[in-house]
Amino acid sequence: MSMKSLKIVTSKTLVLPAANIDTDQIIPARFLTVTTRDGLGKHAFNDWRYNDDGSETDHYLNSDEAKACEILVGGHNFGCGSSREHAPWSLTDYGVRVVISSEIADIFRTNAVKNGLLPIVIDKRAHQWLLDHPGEEITVDLENQEVRLPKNGGTFSFDVDAFSKHCLIEGVDEMGYLASQTNAIDAFEAKR
Amino acid sequence: MAKSLFDKVWERHVVTDETPSNPSVLYIDLHLIHEVTSPQAFTELGTRGLLVRRPDRTLATIDHSTPTLIDADGHRPYVTAQAEKQVETLFENVEKHGIKIHGWDSPNRGIVHVMGPEVGATQPGMTIVCGDSHTSTHGAFGALAFGIGTTQVGHVLATQCLLMRKPKSMLIQVEGELQPGVTAKDVILAIIAKIGVGGGTGHVLEYRGQCFDDMSMDERMTVCNMSIEAGARAGMIAPDQTTVEYLRGREMVPEGDALDALAQEWLSLRSDPGCDFDSIVTMNAAEISPMVTYGTHPGMAMPITGIVPAAADEAEEKALEYMHLKADAPIAGTKVDRVFIGSCTNSRLDDLRAAAKIMRGKKVVADVTAIVVPGSEQVKLDAEAEGLHDVFTSAGAEWREPGCSMCIAMNGDKAAPGELVVSTSNRNFAGRQGPGARTVLASPETAAAAAVTGFITDPRTLETAA
Ligand code: SF4
Repeated sequence: MSMKSLKIVTSKTLVLPAANIDTDQIIPARFLTVTTRDGLGKHAFNDWRYNDDGSETDHYLNSDEAKACEILVGGHNFGCGSSREHAPWSLTDYGVRVVISSEIADIFRTNAVKNGLLPIVIDKRAHQWLLDHPGEEITVDLENQEVRLPKNGGTFSFDVDAFSKHCLIEGVDEMGYLASQTNAIDAFEAKR
Repeated sequence: MAKSLFDKVWERHVVTDETPSNPSVLYIDLHLIHEVTSPQAFTELGTRGLLVRRPDRTLATIDHSTPTLIDADGHRPYVTAQAEKQVETLFENVEKHGIKIHGWDSPNRGIVHVMGPEVGATQPGMTIVCGDSHTSTHGAFGALAFGIGTTQVGHVLATQCLLMRKPKSMLIQVEGELQPGVTAKDVILAIIAKIGVGGGTGHVLEYRGQCFDDMSMDERMTVCNMSIEAGARAGMIAPDQTTVEYLRGREMVPEGDALDALAQEWLSLRSDPGCDFDSIVTMNAAEISPMVTYGTHPGMAMPITGIVPAAADEAEEKALEYMHLKADAPIAGTKVDRVFIGSCTNSRLDDLRAAAKIMRGKKVVADVTAIVVPGSEQVKLDAEAEGLHDVFTSAGAEWREPGCSMCIAMNGDKAAPGELVVSTSNRNFAGRQGPGARTVLASPETAAAAAVTGFITDPRTLETAA
């Protein structure tokens, strides 16, 4: 699967400040009986966005403004819980390209980069600034590994695994690299 | 250099070592699959024209979307046609790729993390993955076992390998003996309450100390199962004689001299004295009480004898509101609507025996619905051979067909909005057991005590029939 290349994203931020937003909040399990990965954006944060009868709540996530945001800022320990890749699938389909938090759960982070979604763990101060300034336009520069905040908010660098960075910028997935290791895998199996 | 259990298992599976620009290629010994997280991976394989590299290292079952009831005509009523299609899709995929499945006709069909150890597919020193975060369960055998996403399921199907950098390590040392009536579930809830739901992020945990040495394999699986709830990739316990005896005689385990030789190797996996960990947490087993959760993540756990702690922040305040619980009030005595005994955390024979011990000779109170869902067909048969099902049904609890059931509530088994469920599962996230459902995580003993009293009750206060 080739992904959309991600170099620089400038967007207003969609801020969901609660700590420990788990994958059951991002997409509840009852939507996981699908056998494809498309069209899950309508279920992103389903139980926050819809009433029991299916009508929309007045949650900010339902606004056009929120839906236009490409950068999601979540509270500490974002994406904890299950390994369901439906979580990043639903977010990217909703329109998110970058997730920023002060901590992001391991499996969510791994799944995100495989779907062209950049997870950024940022310094606590910058994180607080972002939580305090919802809807500000910020720039995420993957090439230079920087988040640039407006209004003297400052510029903050972030770490990203070199391999994930390469895949995200080039819009390539990991299967190609793994397949190129076939000889090494054959040799490994042969010597056990 | 002194090496930890994790170091040893990791090193034995590195195909190519990591460099600054590339992660390691890690070989996977056992890939478990189920219906929910595999269909898109098989589709991807098809699109690329790839084959499954090692069908013999891949093992499937059905558990998440499967019904836990059989109607009078012998039909299993699926919650939706889509759920049924998901199960059918797995059958088609395994058939096409020559993968063994424990399906409807297998005595081991059941929750993937119950099935693997039960057939002896799970063995010490292995790398084990599954598109399910509670794959950490298999770490109880000294395997390096962790959950992966669907894209990675595709990677493992095609190459039997994963790209990964080596995680950090954390030692959880729990010395001393547990007090009577305190269980493995209480131990892991106490650990998560201490280190926090993100406390293990980026780490592989090793559980060590007398507390774990004393445990059965079923209990060790309960502990390792919830490693992910502390954010950890995996949790491991060094193999010992208890591990070897558990595996002896199981379908996929060699016999006789071959097992003896293997056992020697397994026992040598134990961490070397003086090996390094990135961090160390110590606890005293004697200080652990029966635990229950009071919030909307597993870290919000407290002794059942205690009072609900004040909210530390806005998120905790919201959690208490969601749970309809008040700070500074005792948690014991809270009214219960439903009880769920099951899930890959607590649905094995030991767990059912423990619940039955509390329920024997008592009745589930009139306004409480209690369901007991064994982890696999084999657990079900074993429990029935001991008459445990009679204990449950004569108490007025339902005895269901194996599966994930109300742990994840995607097969239609769920609580109504606002209902309070005492559950032996592993996640109390808002809505996990149905929209608006309020989950209190607890041991099988505490869940059974809630069923027969109608309130959150310390099981140690109940008389048990001989
Ligand atoms: S029982 Fe629950 S946690 Fe375990 S595999 Fe099933 S859904 Fe996941």
